[in-house]
Amino acid sequence: MDLKLKIWRQKDSQSRGKFVNYKLNDVSPDSSFLEMLDVLNEELVERNEEPIVFDHDCREGICGACGMVINGRPHGPDSLITVCQLHMRKFKHGDTIVIEPWRARAFPLIKDLMVDRYAFDKLIQESGFVSVNTGSAPEANSIPVKKHYADLAMDAAACIGCGACVAACKNASAMLFVGAKVSHLTLLPQGKIEAKERVLQMVAKMDELGFGNCTNTGACEAECPKGITLTNIARLNREYYYAKV
Amino acid sequence: MHRIHSNIPEGPLTEKWSSYKSNQNLVNPANKRKLDIIVVGTGLAGGAAAASLAEMGFKVKSFCYQDSPRRAHSIAAQGGINAAKNYQNDGDSIFRLFFDTVKGGDYRSREGNVYRLAEVSNQIIDQCVAQGVPFAREYGGTLDNRSFGGALVSRTFYARGQTGQQLLLGAYQSLSRQIKQGNVEMYPRMEMQNLVMVDGKARGIICRDVITGKLERFSAHAVVLATGGYGNVFFLSTMAMGANASAIWQCHKKGALFGNPCYVQIHPTCIPVHGEYQSKLTLMSESLRNDGRIWVPKNKEDAEKLQKGEISGSEIPEENRDYYLERRYPAFGNLVPRDVASRAAKERCDAGYGVNSTGLAVFLDFKDSIARLGKDVIEAKYGNLFQMYEKITDDNPYEMPMMIYPAIHYSMGGIWVDYELQTTVPGLFATGESNFSDHGANRLGASALMQGLADGYFVLPYTIQNYLAHEINTPRFPTDLKEFEQAESEVRKRLEDLMAVKGSQTVDTIHKRLGKIMWDYVGMARNKDGLELAIEEIQNLKEDFWNNLKIPGEMDDLNPELQKATRLADFLELGELMAMDAMHREESCGGHFREEFQTGEGEALRNDKDFAYVAAWEYKGEGKEPELHKEALKFENVELKQRNYK
Repeated sequence: MDLKLKIWRQKDSQSRGKFVNYKLNDVSPDSSFLEMLDVLNEELVERNEEPIVFDHDCREGICGACGMVINGRPHGPDSLITVCQLHMRKFKHGDTIVIEPWRARAFPLIKDLMVDRYAFDKLIQESGFVSVNTGSAPEANSIPVKKHYADLAMDAAACIGCGACVAACKNASAMLFVGAKVSHLTLLPQGKIEAKERVLQMVAKMDELGFGNCTNTGACEAECPKGITLTNIARLNREYYYAKV
Repeated sequence: MHRIHSNIPEGPLTEKWSSYKSNQNLVNPANKRKLDIIVVGTGLAGGAAAASLAEMGFKVKSFCYQDSPRRAHSIAAQGGINAAKNYQNDGDSIFRLFFDTVKGGDYRSREGNVYRLAEVSNQIIDQCVAQGVPFAREYGGTLDNRSFGGALVSRTFYARGQTGQQLLLGAYQSLSRQIKQGNVEMYPRMEMQNLVMVDGKARGIICRDVITGKLERFSAHAVVLATGGYGNVFFLSTMAMGANASAIWQCHKKGALFGNPCYVQIHPTCIPVHGEYQSKLTLMSESLRNDGRIWVPKNKEDAEKLQKGEISGSEIPEENRDYYLERRYPAFGNLVPRDVASRAAKERCDAGYGVNSTGLAVFLDFKDSIARLGKDVIEAKYGNLFQMYEKITDDNPYEMPMMIYPAIHYSMGGIWVDYELQTTVPGLFATGESNFSDHGANRLGASALMQGLADGYFVLPYTIQNYLAHEINTPRFPTDLKEFEQAESEVRKRLEDLMAVKGSQTVDTIHKRLGKIMWDYVGMARNKDGLELAIEEIQNLKEDFWNNLKIPGEMDDLNPELQKATRLADFLELGELMAMDAMHREESCGGHFREEFQTGEGEALRNDKDFAYVAAWEYKGEGKEPELHKEALKFENVELKQRNYK
């Protein structure tokens, strides 16, 4: 298929960015979206132009490195997948595809489609962990965990930290990301001990890092490639109030 | 001339590790905070090591090329992690895990190392559960297990199809806690380019800041490599796009011997190659072989119709299907080790029974399991894998059998280390997949996660102290020493040379050519003529690379093409060493299959008399033949046998 691409190009965080139009012909419907960009980049390099910069690594939908807004939707038109798992058969011959970076104050742009998501790491560093040193763990089966809660914890822990929830949110809120981590750890007995401090610290840090508030629109849930649900935000709110009173 | 000693403690197998720990040197708490340790890589081995060392009180500097330490490729491991807990009461034990691992590695690993690995495996599960890793559980609340290839017991712990992700997040969260406490300085988007040695010891590294392109210097009392495997030398592999061998290769050139470079694992269950534009191969977890049955048509006419797209697999009646693994290996069936399963698939496809348009695919069929257990049970076990398969291939595996083919997956070879995980460069350690140590010539499923975390949590944090105990009087030192200057200028020169080529070929074009040479001649089946040809072709390709490479943009800037080029320059050199190692090893063992050395039934034929050793290669300089050192492998607790999975 032949495609028209409108891609956001920006030299660095200080420069002014703009959309640049490209034409790409004979794209295989079986190639992935990033492979389509690889082909374009090879053409650009052949012409001595700088390739389009974007983050990507595992290309299996699990590392969370890739992410771009495609035709207005984080990770593009398919559901429950990252960009690297999106395949060109979702598009038609002659389509125009608009590609932009994540846009959020807490994710400053680095170049083209690459942004800095270290704010997510700072949230985890704040208290997204269980304080247990290597070597001090009790026998693994000494604390039974109800399968139902272990499964819910796994649902929440499936978050890959890609930032699509923030990019989708009109307030650039990180509530789904924080809600997932708070849920994952609070649902398990191992994480319960620090539950109050954790939720208070992570919420305060979220504000400090410039993420916006949640207004229950649900765009985050709709775009999350791992199907993290709004229930996790509800649980975050409940844990927060519980810690406050 | 290097003397290589494995430094395995004396005494009975079961007491080696405890006696080592009882007698080793330790560093007292007041001295720990005066000692700096560099850890390169933040996967299971690196993340766990950095967190554990920092908890102990050392000052750690942690590096990764990704934007976050959470993205290391350990995250992509799907199936699970082995441990000898024997929760299933099916006869498992530390000895049995040790035995299976030595046998699975085709008797090319060290008994002492493997036994230690099996011993600490149980502690790993305890540690991960305490961190909040949401392993699968039974209704009674206890941990669930599943079986995996190469074992007759169920000892694999798992978190759906995302075990690697969950274990990595556990290590990452522990690392994050230490970053907050100020014990770890985290340097994301920093790629190691060179090792700095002062007075013969590893004392620092030179990194390139991926964003600014600037070179930076870092000093420490010891350097730990945890940079993963080198499968990307084949271009197409199940590795992450950025995974590379540059850190280990630069250390190799500075004196660290390279162990068994020809041992790479080809994973049997990957989605087949589909086009020229393809950038990587996707693995489907080996756990699928628990419930999926592998087959090709019995009749070549059916295979030919499948290849032409005239019929689909589900149209072939039961009696015309050849479940070749069940036929050849009735005891293990579809659960034979990876090297055996991969070769069997290649054998069928080479004989003309492949089932897709390229003829390079076999079926993995869930029809019987769905009929026996119901679609819901299969979906609960493998739902995410089935979804991934459907997104990539546009086929629904609940209705149509999956198509799979082997792909490059894991590097058993790596930097040579002794029992303490120390390389032949004093103060330089290597952990996880980056070292050569525990898997011999073939790794069993669910053992990579085990080894990464064993090294990171429970082995290196001890053994490194035996070295650091002698460094307590060495003060922190500045990075303006001439050795740092020298190491940085070597890197700068190389980058300038790459930028100066200004030829006409892109990095990926050359990398794809290297990958083809490697896959054709240094892949699943190797022979002397092919390997000789491969060495010649790689040398020609290297020349082409340094004369015709094209890199746009600037050196001191974010430049993904330059980044890829530095990695490829090292892959080209490593690829040649792999071919040389494969050529010198005139036997077949595990993942290394030499066509000249096979049994009448086409199984790998080892030569224990001449080749029961670790091949450790020493770099002798540009254009010079590397020197081979041999570390003899002694087997006192396991009898060497022809592996039998029948």
